[in-house]
Amino acid sequence: MFFVFSVVIVVFSILTVTSRRILRAATFLLFVLVSTAGLYFLLRFNFLAAIQLTLYAGGIVVLIIFSILLTSHISEKLPAPGWRKALPAAFVALFGLVFTSSVILMNNFQGVTSTVERTDITRIGESLLYTGKFGYALPFEVISILLLAAMIGAIVLAKKRKD
Amino acid sequence: MFEGVPLNWFLILSTTMFFIGVYGFLVRKNLITMLMSIELILNSVCINFVAFNKILYPGHLEGMFFTMFIIAVAAAEASVAIAIIINIYRRLANIDVEEMNEMKY
Repeated sequence: MFFVFSVVIVVFSILTVTSRRILRAATFLLFVLVSTAGLYFLLRFNFLAAIQLTLYAGGIVVLIIFSILLTSHISEKLPAPGWRKALPAAFVALFGLVFTSSVILMNNFQGVTSTVERTDITRIGESLLYTGKFGYALPFEVISILLLAAMIGAIVLAKKRKD
Repeated sequence: MFEGVPLNWFLILSTTMFFIGVYGFLVRKNLITMLMSIELILNSVCINFVAFNKILYPGHLEGMFFTMFIIAVAAAEASVAIAIIINIYRRLANIDVEEMNEMKY
């Protein structure tokens, strides 16, 4: 099952960055995000998978598709990147991939399976609003202020100016 | 199921996704496709956090919270970026990064 999800993720990621129709690229991105949510379900982070589905696949992709519809024509094809540009980028990406993978494969991580797992929603909610050790009350408040600021900023930026 | 899948494979999957995103960010010229590459990069980092949390520290929830905050920051970033892109489109009538050489108001 892991291999199915990872093959889907890799193939559709490559299609996302190489597709020349922008709306198709957005649809491939949607597939990538949904199969990432499937990976989270596989790891039994159900709440996180739900967040991924609603916020990423439901929110951000819809936002991106709306902005595509506002800013470009559907039938228009993006120009193919020239070799002069694609070759160095591919070289950088391949070099980074090989280097990082070799570093990862040098490490031998020992998985832990004996501890009891508690990832239920009660524990998530309690530690999200807990101020002691392993509590996340302050980042929670900071992220809410950040979201408010982003909302106001987006409204102000995209507003039509009167002049 | 994920039992028997070592942590290394999750890490290699997310590394692959990360560098595909880097390639897209370097190659693309359209602002929205660059934004999609950034989403790929952020998503790969999320996979890293979740896999570390589940396989090395199954009793904790730290990786999950970091992933939640990354997703929230990504949502904020996407909304502001799309507002900027729409504003640029209104001014210059295209969203190609190579056409954008005036930052003056």
